[in-house]
Amino acid sequence: MSNTINGFLFFGAVISLLGYELGIQLKRKFRSPLFNPLLISILVVMGLLSLFNIKYEVYNQSAKYISYLLTPATICLAVPLYRQMEMLKKHSKAIVAGTITGVVTTMATVLLLAVIFGLNHQEYVTFLPKSITTAIAMGISEEMKGFVTITVASIIITGILGNIIAETICKVFHITEPVAVGIAIGSSAHAIGTTKALELGEIEGAMSGLAIATSGLCTVVFASIFANFH
Amino acid sequence: MKYLRQFSIILFISLIGEIIHLFIPLPIPASIYGLLLMLMGLKTKLIPLNAVEDASMFLIEIMPIMFIPAGVGLLDSWEILGAMLIPFIVITLLSTIVVMVATGKVTQFFIQIDKKGKDDDHE
Repeated sequence: MSNTINGFLFFGAVISLLGYELGIQLKRKFRSPLFNPLLISILVVMGLLSLFNIKYEVYNQSAKYISYLLTPATICLAVPLYRQMEMLKKHSKAIVAGTITGVVTTMATVLLLAVIFGLNHQEYVTFLPKSITTAIAMGISEEMKGFVTITVASIIITGILGNIIAETICKVFHITEPVAVGIAIGSSAHAIGTTKALELGEIEGAMSGLAIATSGLCTVVFASIFANFH
Repeated sequence: MKYLRQFSIILFISLIGEIIHLFIPLPIPASIYGLLLMLMGLKTKLIPLNAVEDASMFLIEIMPIMFIPAGVGLLDSWEILGAMLIPFIVITLLSTIVVMVATGKVTQFFIQIDKKGKDDDHE
């Protein structure tokens, strides 16, 4: 099957988009955060690939083109951020405090769980950059001699999970200030979470986009400190 | 033409981001440099908001689908996890929830202090 599919340049992109569309329809119908379009599209594509015995590389030869615009799209997060500049100035202290809390909490939690599970140093550092954007995290993991592929897997699952649970978590824990919601999502679930924050509102999205950059940069510093702790 | 020009500006900034990434030996990707450059450009009015706004909002809107291929790539990750599977799942899930709650609560706490301070000023 892979051989035939190999010739189709649009196969991977089309099944990805159809999966996403299906997710949107299901979400509209059931209104549950579990029917998350991103999650559903990923599961649908995984199912199709397994069912027809198609290799991931064959799928990705076509699907990679939908990821091509990720860098430009991330750059565009500066636009909502610029439009919310007043908010950023007004609550800069809260934003700095929140971002540092996010970075330190990630690492403290990873440290604690690494001790509980008896992970070795290499396994421990693999998880330190798990909450931040993939490109920064890969660099950190590589430099600290972690398992880069596992870091990336953890980051993607973190993002998808954050995207799914963000609305519920904020409701349950009474996080209602749009700025706080945005910083919480961006710090815990990077760009994948940010797409959810943008759905919730312009302020949420702008702040979440900001947190991708700030928590990513903060993690570069803090990860090198936390790497010495275990 | 409007979209073409906007899209060109955005790709141009992406390219500058890549060039900076090439010359600075830090694990910071082109997208982060680009985001900061775009913000500075807008702030200094070097890039007027309406010169990039529509194309930007479009790219942001379609951003979720850009993560589908990476998510599907997890198919190949299960095997390498091996004995680490349980710690992997627990660490990934638990820390995401803890971090989201802690960050949100702390940020909100400081915002409320800000707001209280302002109310007091008015009195």
